[in-house]
Amino acid sequence: MTRSSALAVEASGLVKAFAATVAVHGIDLSVPAGSVYGFLGPNGAGKTTTIRMLATLLRPDAGTARVFGHDVVRDAAAVRDRISLTGQYASLDDGLTGRENLALLGRLHGHSRAGAASRAGELLDAFGLTDAADRLVKTYSGGMRRRLDIAAGLIVTPDLLFLDEPTTGLDPRSRNEVWAIIRVMAAEGTTVLLTTQYLDEADQLADRIAVIDRGTLVAEGTSSQLKASVGGGALHVRLNDPHDRPAATRVLAQALGGAVTADADPAALSARVPAAGPAAGETVARALSDLARAQIAATEFALGQPSLDEVFLALTGRPPAERSPEEKAE
Amino acid sequence: MTTTLDAIAGTAAARAILAGRPRPARPGTLSVALAFGGRALRKIRRTPVQLFDVVVHPVVFTLMFTYLFGGAIGGSTGRYLGYLVPGILVMTLLVTTGTTGAALSIDLASGVFDRFRTLSIRPAAVLVGALLGDVVRYALASAVVVGLGLALGFRPHGNVPGVVAAVLLVVAFGISLSWVWTALAMVMRSPGAVLGVTQAVLYPLSFFSNIFVIPATLPGWLRAVVNANPVTHLVTAVRGLMSGTAPGGQVAWILLACALLTAVFAPLSLRLFRTR
Repeated sequence: MTRSSALAVEASGLVKAFAATVAVHGIDLSVPAGSVYGFLGPNGAGKTTTIRMLATLLRPDAGTARVFGHDVVRDAAAVRDRISLTGQYASLDDGLTGRENLALLGRLHGHSRAGAASRAGELLDAFGLTDAADRLVKTYSGGMRRRLDIAAGLIVTPDLLFLDEPTTGLDPRSRNEVWAIIRVMAAEGTTVLLTTQYLDEADQLADRIAVIDRGTLVAEGTSSQLKASVGGGALHVRLNDPHDRPAATRVLAQALGGAVTADADPAALSARVPAAGPAAGETVARALSDLARAQIAATEFALGQPSLDEVFLALTGRPPAERSPEEKAE
Repeated sequence: MTTTLDAIAGTAAARAILAGRPRPARPGTLSVALAFGGRALRKIRRTPVQLFDVVVHPVVFTLMFTYLFGGAIGGSTGRYLGYLVPGILVMTLLVTTGTTGAALSIDLASGVFDRFRTLSIRPAAVLVGALLGDVVRYALASAVVVGLGLALGFRPHGNVPGVVAAVLLVVAFGISLSWVWTALAMVMRSPGAVLGVTQAVLYPLSFFSNIFVIPATLPGWLRAVVNANPVTHLVTAVRGLMSGTAPGGQVAWILLACALLTAVFAPLSLRLFRTR
């Protein structure tokens, strides 16, 4: 296995433009081997384009990228020997059964017919798909497709596994299953590079996170480093009477000393909690008792992590903007 | 299912499934092409509806032209059948190649090709494998046309060797032409657009040829168009082979066209596929 000090991915100055838009605008990366690395950003940020360049599917317009020391353009074949990719839209053949999908890929990886069949059976079993193995993939649920898709990337255990939005569109249970698989892969020594739109997913899984927006890397670090840069999180309050909102806004702004924003729900508001760590709980408790003392009744309250929007607001000074659907472009 | 996933995280046996193992040697180009060919066959077997165009098209056109126009064009339906069957064979194969391009375009858009392209296999094997499946379609289409012709009373003088040679020539041309649509599928994003273009090209080429009518009956300017149409040359060669006249020059011309189409569009398709 690769030495832990080695880099799985090193990229500098990656640029990719499509017809009208620049999708990736000079991204530098270094992903340590053996880690789980997260690309965090909204739709159209350039995450998929970056992954596709690293996985040899797109040629960068400028800049270089190396995967385990192999250049992704000049030495693409050597890169392909070490990676596997599970794309954002299931990279499966709908017209074949789950078993046939895996067996075909086994053959394409160089397994004998028998070897491919046995590996397919093994993976179907491990991913809980044995019962559905001989059904066409087009009849699978979203969670089943995702599991098969990930299994398909593991026919030969890759040194670097790309997962493009592995849990987007999954129900919470399927999402937890995918997370469990990713953790085992990482524990077994595979470097995992995943993209996500969800801060909590990056937080749960990734050792390091790169925040990407509009084709550039706006921040990079561990999850706690990023959160520290954003602040402690947010207090979400829902009031019994919407008419109390201006008063509640004043009370919370004073108690927490941060910005308070009105939500779309006329009875709800969110306040930034500036202090991170254990002190946050105390500050919030004080703010809530201030509300009670002001005779403002709250029906719900929750202390949340900073949302992706808040991370973006803090890092870029503006909310994440939806751009043209670059992620679908090739 | 949940227990299985607990097992993934928990037991040594399940971990072993995901742990690194020696990687098998890269597969040879031939076995990759065969694996792709097998994939195509499996899909054909599973969704026979795919063969609708291959089967229905020649039946409809043969019956329609033989009985509706046969008397008017060829004097009698029996005589016209001998003229028409080789032509329908060519037209069916040409139209079927268009489906090849559209099917490839669907594949390319589906994401499964992204995975294929991240494997250590030669891109050529992917495309050649896809064509292998199409050869089966082409063979089936040929069997339908010839079988229907024979059932309706078509009695080629070239006998079995002549008919076999004619089918081989048309299939060879179909494969060569498929490379054009393969390249087109790499450039155009939508399967519908690919199919539209192939039909917009193939139907006029088929009708403004000697498939249905004898060029001598046409006005001079149209005769010039028809005689310049490559499809006319292909049909003439196929008719010659089926009637046992061994048209060596015509056949050589077609084989040259096959070689040219392949020499230009196969490398172009590969290049587009690699840099897509």
